[in-house]
Amino acid sequence: MWIEVGIAVIKTLTVLLLVLSLAGILGWVERKGSALIQDRIGANRASIFGFAGAGLVNTMAADPLKFLTKEDIIPKGADRLLHTLAPCVNMFPVIVAFAVIPFGDVLVIGERVINLQVAPLNIGILYVLAMMSLGVYGVVLGGWASNNRWSLLGGIRGSAQMISYELGMGLAVVAVVMTFGSLDLQAMARAQGHLIGGWIPGWGVLYQPLAFLIFLCAGIAESKRVPFDLPEGESELISGYFTEYSGLKYLMFFMTDFIEIGVVAGLVTTFFFGGWQVPYLMSDGFHFPWGAQLLLPQIVVALLQIGSFLIKVLFFCWVQVLIRWSLPRLRYDQLMRFGWKALLPISLANALLTAIVVLAFQG
Amino acid sequence: MAEQYIPILVMFVLTGGLVGTMVGLARVLGPQRPNPHKGDPFECGNPPSGGAWGRFSVKFYMTAISFIVFDVEVVFFYPWAVKFRDLGWPGLAAMMLFAFLLAVGLLYEWRKGALEWD
Repeated sequence: MWIEVGIAVIKTLTVLLLVLSLAGILGWVERKGSALIQDRIGANRASIFGFAGAGLVNTMAADPLKFLTKEDIIPKGADRLLHTLAPCVNMFPVIVAFAVIPFGDVLVIGERVINLQVAPLNIGILYVLAMMSLGVYGVVLGGWASNNRWSLLGGIRGSAQMISYELGMGLAVVAVVMTFGSLDLQAMARAQGHLIGGWIPGWGVLYQPLAFLIFLCAGIAESKRVPFDLPEGESELISGYFTEYSGLKYLMFFMTDFIEIGVVAGLVTTFFFGGWQVPYLMSDGFHFPWGAQLLLPQIVVALLQIGSFLIKVLFFCWVQVLIRWSLPRLRYDQLMRFGWKALLPISLANALLTAIVVLAFQG
Repeated sequence: MAEQYIPILVMFVLTGGLVGTMVGLARVLGPQRPNPHKGDPFECGNPPSGGAWGRFSVKFYMTAISFIVFDVEVVFFYPWAVKFRDLGWPGLAAMMLFAFLLAVGLLYEWRKGALEWD
């Protein structure tokens, strides 16, 4: 029993390391990427003895040190406990949502077969959706505990937006569950290993293109990024619900934004792009459709799968950063109209249509 | 079945430790120089205009109530989505009736304007 707990601890630490470095790297990608898109240079002043490390010095050393050493200001009249609790409640669910995202198939060490997913829940998707719903509490608490009318407005708008888009997201995931017949994310990733017509990898996006688009839109809206960032309203509400936070608490809110980009990217990869699947790679090596084979040891296969997962997640994180800096912000009534009058009916219709098509092909 | 959740518990404990450490560090590492102006709510330089707890628009309440109804509908979709192949056409018919009743509710809200301006 203790060996299982030990393996779980090692996997958890690996995932935590992955998540935190992803958040750090995304901060850098955001600053430098936005600078390149806006035809300017971006942050290039931080360096140690002239060594700037391609931005790593800035992201890994200068930024965290700056945030760590700022004064922690709690506004007068604010509820001290809630003010301290809000960034915790905001950050906790998005990190633990990574517990069910599979980053590889299996790793065989001796006779022990380790499933490369922190927790092999058979209700995986429900857990992820539950954790993303808990994220609403952090927003509301952050706005309420600041004793600032505009933070409160940002917090309320943010929570209304998040709950509206959760419906579209939940129904898009229903269509995905129907396609794969299971709530377990590892089973979904494994089910995308077959080939259609012998040549094309059977990834989820080929079966559910509409659900992919709906899920991507709803995911970006859930993480309150542009074009859906009115609760954060950088040009109106300064930082919306996290205006009154300074130092490490502000960093926690900011990191939650980037970690949520990672969660959405991880879920899109798992549902629609095969998760850790590499095309034509089976558990013992490559089996190309033209008959050639390349047999590989199991550890190499596992590393290729983890690498494939990371590449796909990084690609979708980059897509979200690109979308942020290309599109203008939606006005709040446009945002709510899109969520309730467009995404909800379309995803409901998609789910029912999927059911009809699958039953027609099966029966 | 319960042993599936042990890694979740491990993850909760480690993440809770990380988050708690970050908040604790915030208090310990930064300077503490309180000043009456630092505690004022931030209003782009204007003097503070009073307490934060004003009146809310009722549109937020409408959104929350609609969310509750449709979220419960989504929750009811999940068990059917897992087992719908075994339930076949009769199961689909029952589910479409359920979805239709709630879709009528959505249409009613739409026409009555409960989904507007927010």
